[in-house]
Amino acid sequence: MTLASETTTTTATATATTVQLRLTDGWFAVCDLSLLMPGRGVAALLPDGHQVALFLDRTGRMYAIDNRDPFSGAAVLSRGLTGTHQGHPFVASPLLKQRFDLESGQCLDDETVRVATYEVRAR
Amino acid sequence: MTATLGGTPTIVLVGHGMVGQRFLEALAERGLTATHRVVVLCEEPRPAYDRVQLTSYFSGTTPEELSMTDMEFIKDHGIELHIGDPAETVDRAAKRVTARSGLTVDYDTLVLATGSYPFVPPVPNKDAEGCFVYRTIEDLLAIEEYARSRATTGAVVGGGLLGLEAAGALKGLGLTSHIVEFAPRLMPVQVDDGGGAALLRTIEDMGLSVHTGVGTQEILTDDSGAVTGMKLSDGSELATDLVVFSAGVRPRDQLARDCGLTVGERGGITVDEQCRTVNDPQVFAIGECALAADGRVYGLVAPGYEQAETAAATIASDEASFTGADLSTKLKLLGVDVASFGDAHGTAEDCLDVVYSDARSGTYKKLVIGRNGELLGGILVGDAEAYGTLRAFTGSVPPVSPEQLVLPAGDGASVQLGPSALPDEAIICSCHNVTKGAIRGAVTDHACTTVPEVKKCTKAGTGCGSCVKVLGQLVTSELEASGVEVDKGLCGCFSQTREELYEIVLALRVTSYRQLLDRYGREGAQDGDGCEVCKPAVGSIIASLAPTIGANGYVLDGEQASLQDTNDHFLANLQKNGSYSIVPRIPGGEITPEKLIVIGEVARDFGLYTKITGGQRIDMFGARVEQLPLIWARLVDAGFESGHAYGKSLRTVKSCVGQTWCRYGVQDSVRMAIDLELRYRGLRSPHKLKSAVSGCARECAEAQSKDFGIIATANGWNLYVGGNGGATPRHADLLAQDLSDAELIRLIDRFLMFYIRTADRLERTSTWLERIPGGLDHIREVVVEDSLGICEELESLMTAHVAAYRDEWAETINDPEKLSRFVSFVNAPDTPDPVVGFVPERDQIKPDLPLLTIGTRPLEGSAQR
Ligand code: SRM
Ligand SMILES: Cc1cc2nc3c(=O)[nH]c(=O)nc-3n(C[C@H](O)[C@H](O)[C@H](O)COP(=O)(O)OP(=O)(O)OC[C@H]3O[C@@H](n4cnc5c(N)ncnc54)[C@H](O)[C@@H]3O)c2cc1C
Ligand code: SF4
Ligand code: FES
Repeated sequence: MTLASETTTTTATATATTVQLRLTDGWFAVCDLSLLMPGRGVAALLPDGHQVALFLDRTGRMYAIDNRDPFSGAAVLSRGLTGTHQGHPFVASPLLKQRFDLESGQCLDDETVRVATYEVRAR
Repeated sequence: MTATLGGTPTIVLVGHGMVGQRFLEALAERGLTATHRVVVLCEEPRPAYDRVQLTSYFSGTTPEELSMTDMEFIKDHGIELHIGDPAETVDRAAKRVTARSGLTVDYDTLVLATGSYPFVPPVPNKDAEGCFVYRTIEDLLAIEEYARSRATTGAVVGGGLLGLEAAGALKGLGLTSHIVEFAPRLMPVQVDDGGGAALLRTIEDMGLSVHTGVGTQEILTDDSGAVTGMKLSDGSELATDLVVFSAGVRPRDQLARDCGLTVGERGGITVDEQCRTVNDPQVFAIGECALAADGRVYGLVAPGYEQAETAAATIASDEASFTGADLSTKLKLLGVDVASFGDAHGTAEDCLDVVYSDARSGTYKKLVIGRNGELLGGILVGDAEAYGTLRAFTGSVPPVSPEQLVLPAGDGASVQLGPSALPDEAIICSCHNVTKGAIRGAVTDHACTTVPEVKKCTKAGTGCGSCVKVLGQLVTSELEASGVEVDKGLCGCFSQTREELYEIVLALRVTSYRQLLDRYGREGAQDGDGCEVCKPAVGSIIASLAPTIGANGYVLDGEQASLQDTNDHFLANLQKNGSYSIVPRIPGGEITPEKLIVIGEVARDFGLYTKITGGQRIDMFGARVEQLPLIWARLVDAGFESGHAYGKSLRTVKSCVGQTWCRYGVQDSVRMAIDLELRYRGLRSPHKLKSAVSGCARECAEAQSKDFGIIATANGWNLYVGGNGGATPRHADLLAQDLSDAELIRLIDRFLMFYIRTADRLERTSTWLERIPGGLDHIREVVVEDSLGICEELESLMTAHVAAYRDEWAETINDPEKLSRFVSFVNAPDTPDPVVGFVPERDQIKPDLPLLTIGTRPLEGSAQR
């Protein structure tokens, strides 16, 4: 399983139509790119039961992080609002509003907390 | 101070009033509570409270809110506070105090802070049933009860500061009110004849009857001994059911007399400049019970506070003295400003008066100018705007001519003297003796950037409150002077305030967040993705202006969807485990049995937890995302719509049952509540909006705690605005009275649209009203008197909103593209989120919290695509 907390997430420009996530055993197809909306996330279920939050920004870049909000335990990060903080993309948890860097998974409001990130591409 | 051999020295404080409490704080500040045992004997059934604000009890301030005593403070400093246990005797030889309960305490230092008692002239029947004094919370409770149950008319004996306050309170209780004053004018101590005349006119215009130049000779009673009227010195009789004596106060010095301490001819425990009694260095007297070294007994709180500081300093062996104080007062009675300061009556030699008087508007201003042009004092009636600045200039030569200071604005000559012209030594807050320099220091050295911070840091403004206005001006000018860029921008993305963005969106018809960000955002933020602060704020502005600027008012339309907070995005309220709650609108709280049954059936069929909310409707909890549209479909089918429990928009308009059923009701409050809720439903605003309509003054719908609350009167409706529950409750202010249905609605239209236009993000009407310059008066000018000429626009904005309203739930369930978003997983639309689980409690469900702590859980047969 790629609990890829230390690996950097690559972002892909949307040229093809299927969104794919890199798991340990290869690329996993999630959904059609048209289902992503700039500035909002969706949640995807992985074969092992993990949940991933997928986001698209206004330039077409995609990001994927663990969907579980580490502060509450609820699987809701995909439902947060996104934004740019000092040039970096982030999502704010819809529950208690902590922000997470979408590229590194680092929580911007608590340096001891980080969520897993995934490589994502559209093919 | 001498310590008891082998023990901790003991300080006994007799009297826990305003000055006593201040004395305790001064002890703590000097560390004396750590080195001394401190025992307090408090006669009243409650610890120290704010007597100065006593009358605010009648405008809704509770006894708890009046309290000045932080029990944590008492506990933390190990103070032994004996409530309801007055000192009865003092044995100065044995240095022992005995309290009513029999408690005895040996003191090393005794501090008397017993205050005053109201003087009741010795007229026959002065103790009859229905006669009261006005000094303690208990007095007020008794007056209120008697006024409500047994009186329609009330008379106050005494037309001084307190008498006017008491008369105002009686009027507020609905009594026909009279004031009987022996002197030829009202407030004889503070104002002169000219000021008294201006005051008289204004007070009579308010419907209070004033009888000056007459004394009370006898209280008349009926057979049962209850008050029926009073006989006056001119031979006339005044019928009244209730009498409040407010004929001055006398120092409570009996305890001191009994133990052989010297008291003045007209009362007051004689003390020296250190506040020590002249007979016994171990005994101090402070506050209203003390006859100060300058031969005066001070009936105001500020000098008492100074005495408290002096006594505490002396006990700590520090240098301090109290040699006298200023007698400035400002009072706002039923909306009339009255202020006097310094040498108001011009007793100094060779002084000159500068007087401006306008009998028509009830304005009178007099300044007393000394031989060298210095301001000695003054009286302001009807317009005391300049009080704070003038008081602070007292003793110095003002930088502009005195005429310019008293002439009304608009007459060319008038000058608004800003506090920046004041010298650093000027006392801004006389309650706490805080100078302009100290306030500037709070801003420059202690990095205070707001008035509340400065209040906390310097105590300025925490007494009578009359200096708060000047305080605000000083803080702002100081911040600006010290070059602090007060960034009023909405967030890191926009340097504009919400109000400015609103104006941009409206004027330029901007319908897209991106367009707004790219053109008007801060430099580094343009072309970015914004943030979680400005997105919903701009989303809300666009939504509330949608019909006018030509945007689609549907919050899930296009780009708008990406701006909404999660609750607005899912049109439901997110709960701690990722499930949602659903609140259908129940306008005015009125619901048919059939609809109640539908809610019951839906909740049962989907296994939802149900609860009656604090907003007179029903909340259903525990729905998964994918269940939301199914639930809405059932509800919409039965005639329900979204209750907007999620949006920063109108929540509920609560109602009481009103005239239709209630024996007291004078208008149909339910119908009005329903009309209002349907009119303003879906209106996106800076924060949520709540309302209520009560059918009579009993106020069962709690309208005065709402953003806009309506109370029925025999002649129509009274509109209150700016109320709030929550963490910082605020009672609403009366905006207009006796409105017809149409007038009421028109005024609310304007009020709400003006609020939406000018408030900050997440600023309830209560905080908005207190923040905006001019406060309620300004709002009244704008929305009632149309001073800005924008009322027509405000009304048409509201008309457009009302016409464009559509139910978000119905709109969503009829839009397959939007519906596809209501799934837990984009790649497994039929699979529910496995961490949303429930366990039983009291025959219903509650979130399964342990499930959340697991984090991930392998799923059997999870669907993939
Ligand atoms: C459901 C309800 C409690 C209940 O079970 O009774 C409730 C529930 C919540 N309230 Fe409330 N409030 C509810 C009535 C009230 C009331 C009573 C009233 O409206 O008469 C008040 C005080 C009145 C007032 O607002 O002035 C109230 C003052 C607050 C506040 C403090 C607001 C303030 O200005 O200080 C918040 C926090 C906020 O909005 O920032 C809040 C916030 C919330 C939130 C939204 C907190 C959150 O973000 O999760 C709760 C979510 C509701 C949900 O999940 O469905 N709720 N809340 C009530 C819903 C009423 C309704 O039918 O819509
Ligand atoms: C309605 C009203 C409005 C006012 N407005 C203003 C204003 O605008 N500005 C202003 O400066 N001042 C105002 N004042 C005056 C101000 O309240 C007093 O100056 C101030 O309260 C004096 O404080 P104190 O501690 O000396 O006396 P108090 O606050 O009266 O406290 C004395 C306490 O000692 C208790 N006590 C007495 N004897 C004993 C005993 N033997 N044992 C134990 N306890 C005892 C009393 O019960 C009382 O609680 C107002 C007063 C009233 C009533
Ligand atoms: S507010 Fe008045 S009309 Fe309404 S229920 Fe209460 S008593 Fe009756
Ligand atoms: S002057 Fe009374 S609080 Fe400042």
